[in-house]
Amino acid sequence: MAEVLVYVDHVDGAVRKPTLELLTLARRVGEPVAVALGAGAADTVGALAEHGATRVLMADAPEFAEYLVVPKVDALQAAYEAVQPAAVLVPSSAEGKEIAARLAVRIKSGIITDAVDLEAGEEGLVATQSAFAASFTTKSRITQGTPVITVKPNSAAVEAAPAAGAVEALVVSFSDAASGTRVTARTPRESTGRPELTEAAIVVAGGRGVNGDFAAVEALADSLGAAVGASRAAVDAGWYPHSNQVGQTGKSVSPQLYIASGISGAIQHRAGMQTSKTIVAINKDAEAPIFDLVDYGVVGDLFEVVPQLTEEVNTRKG
Amino acid sequence: MSLNIVVCVKYVPDATGDRGFADDLTVDREDTDGLLSELDEYAVEQALQIAEDADDAEVTVLTVGPEDARGALSKALSMGADKGVHVEDDDLHGSDVMGTSLVLAKAVEQVGYDLVMCGMASTDGEMGVLPALLSERLGVAQVTLLSEVSVEDGTVKGRRDGDAASEQVEASLPAVVSVTDQSGEARYPSFKGIMAAKKKPVESWDLDDLDIEPKEVGLTGAWTAVESAAERPPRTAGTVVKDEGAGGKELAEFLTGLKFI
Ligand SMILES: Cc1cc2nc3c(=O)[nH]c(=O)nc-3n(C[C@H](O)[C@H](O)[C@H](O)COP(=O)(O)OP(=O)(O)OC[C@H]3O[C@@H](n4cnc5c(N)ncnc54)[C@H](O)[C@@H]3O)c2cc1C
Ligand SMILES: Nc1ncnc2c1ncn2[C@@H]1O[C@H](COP(=O)(O)O)[C@@H](O)[C@H]1O
Repeated sequence: MAEVLVYVDHVDGAVRKPTLELLTLARRVGEPVAVALGAGAADTVGALAEHGATRVLMADAPEFAEYLVVPKVDALQAAYEAVQPAAVLVPSSAEGKEIAARLAVRIKSGIITDAVDLEAGEEGLVATQSAFAASFTTKSRITQGTPVITVKPNSAAVEAAPAAGAVEALVVSFSDAASGTRVTARTPRESTGRPELTEAAIVVAGGRGVNGDFAAVEALADSLGAAVGASRAAVDAGWYPHSNQVGQTGKSVSPQLYIASGISGAIQHRAGMQTSKTIVAINKDAEAPIFDLVDYGVVGDLFEVVPQLTEEVNTRKG
Repeated sequence: MSLNIVVCVKYVPDATGDRGFADDLTVDREDTDGLLSELDEYAVEQALQIAEDADDAEVTVLTVGPEDARGALSKALSMGADKGVHVEDDDLHGSDVMGTSLVLAKAVEQVGYDLVMCGMASTDGEMGVLPALLSERLGVAQVTLLSEVSVEDGTVKGRRDGDAASEQVEASLPAVVSVTDQSGEARYPSFKGIMAAKKKPVESWDLDDLDIEPKEVGLTGAWTAVESAAERPPRTAGTVVKDEGAGGKELAEFLTGLKFI
C-alpha cells in the first residue's frame, strides 16, 4: 500500500490535535509515515503509533530551533526522498504552510493549502477548500508531482488505530539556505489553561461591545470549558491578545458551538468562524449582520445576557 | 548605503463586494470591483518607513495581474513608492501560486533588490505562502510574518508571533520579508501624494521581457486544478429573540437542548 508522509506538529513532544486528525485522513489514502523533528521528537512516538503511524522518521538537531523554517524543509525533503510517498500532508499552521510550499517547489509538485477534507478521486487526491470567507466550497486536485496538501484543524475526527510506529532515524544534511534566518530569542506563549482556540469544541468570543472588559466572556467560556476568541476591533483596542483573534488575519475556527458577543459580524470576522456547527450571537443591535448567520440570537445587552447565561450554565451543571 | 526595496502588491476583488468564480473556475476579476489588497498596504507602509530611515533608498512596487491591477500600483505610488512595474500578459490568466511566484521571482531579479517586501497573505487566495516561495526561488533568506520590522547595517530584524512562541529573527540582506496587519497602520495617500503619483514611472512587462515560456504559467501551466466551486448554501435562518429579562436563561435552554450544557 502506498505511503503518505504526515508532518508532525508538536510542542516539546506533545503532539497537537491537528496532526492526529491528519493521521485519520492519511489512512484513507495509504499508510501514514510520520515525520517528527526537533526537541522532544522522541516523545511523540506513542501518540503517533496509537493513531495509525506505521513508521516514525525522527531527527533532532540544534538547527531546527536556531533557524527559521528552512531546516525543517530540508528534513521533510530528506523524508520525501527516502519514502517516495503518494502524498505529503502538513497541518495548516502559518509555519506548516511555509514548509509545505518550499518543499513543493523543490520537488516540483503542486500545492493545496487549507484543505478541510480529502478523498481519493479517480485522478488522485481531491481536496475540499473554503473560499471567499467560506461563502464557496471548492474541490481541487494537484496535477503535477506528488500532492502536497496542508489541512486545517478540525477537518477530521481523531481516531485511535494502533499501528507499529517503528522509529527510524532520519539523516538530514542541511542546505546552505538552512542557516539564512537566525532565531535570536524565543518567548513561549503563556498557557491560559483554556483549550487551544483552533482545537476547541466551543469558542466564546467578544468584540468591541465588551467595551474593554473580557471578564464576562471569560467566565462564560470557563463555565462551558470553552476557548476565548476576540474580534479584531477588540484586539486592536488592546483588550485581548492577537493570538486569540478570530477571522481572516487571525485564527480560523470551526467548533461545534461559537458564541459571539458584542461582535457585529464583518466579512473578515465571518471568514474565520462561518463554518462553525452552531452559531449563537448576543448583540444589542437587531440589525447586526452576525444575526444572518445564527442558529440562535439574542438582541440585548451582553452585560445582562452573558452573566445570566453563565449563572444558568453553572446551576445546570450543578 | 543604497537600498533597493521591491514591494509585491496584489490587486484583489473587494471582500465587501459579491465575490465569485468565473466560468473557467478562476477568480472572477471582472464583475467585482478591485483594490490594492489591504494586507499589502502594510507591506508598502513598512517599506516606506525603512526607506525613510535609510540614506538612499528606492521603493519599487510590483504587481502581476490583468490591466486593472495597475490600480494597485497607483495606490501604492500615491502612498509614496517611487516607481512601479506591472507584469501583464494574457497567458498569465489562471496562474496558480507556483506560476505567480515564478513570475514575481524573475521580475524581482530584473528590477534588482536588496529587500523584497510582501503582505502576510492576499485577501482573495489567502494562501500566505508566496513569500516563502519567493525566498526559495530567489535563494535568499525568508524573514516572514513579522509584526515588527527594521533594517540596519545590511541586516533585517523583526518579531514573528507564532502559534507556540514569539520569536526574534534576523537575516542578512538580501532577503524576502512579509509583514502582518499587526505591523502598524498604513498611511493614507495625501492629495499631494495622489498628484505626484500620476507622474511616477510605471513600466509594463510581459512574459517575453522576463524570458518565461507561456506554457510555464497560466491555467495550462498550473500544477493544481479546481474541479468545482459551489456557493455554500446560506445558513438557514435561526431564531432571534429580544431579551426581555430572561434572555440568558432562554439561551441556556436552547444550549441544553443541543446538549452543550
Ligand atoms: C484586511 C482586513 C482584515 C481583517 N481581519 C479581521 C479578523 O481577522 N478578525 C476580525 O474580527 N476582524 C477583522 N477585520 C476587521 C473587520 O472588518 C471589523 O472591523 C471587525 O471585525 C469589527 O469588530 P467588532 O464586531 O468587534 O466591532 P464592531 O463592528 O464595532 O461591532 C461591535 C458590535 O457590538 C455591539 N454591542 C455594543 N455594545 C454592546 C452591548 N453592551 N451588548 C451587546 N452588543 C453590544 C454593537 O451593536 C456592534 O454590533 C479585518 C479588516 C480588514 C480590512
Ligand atoms: N499577483 C501578485 N502580484 C504581486 N504580489 C503578489 C501577487 N500575489 C501575491 N502577492 C504577494 O504575496 C503575498 C502573499 O500572497 P498569497 O500567498 O497569495 O496569499 C501578498 O500579500 C503579496 O505581497
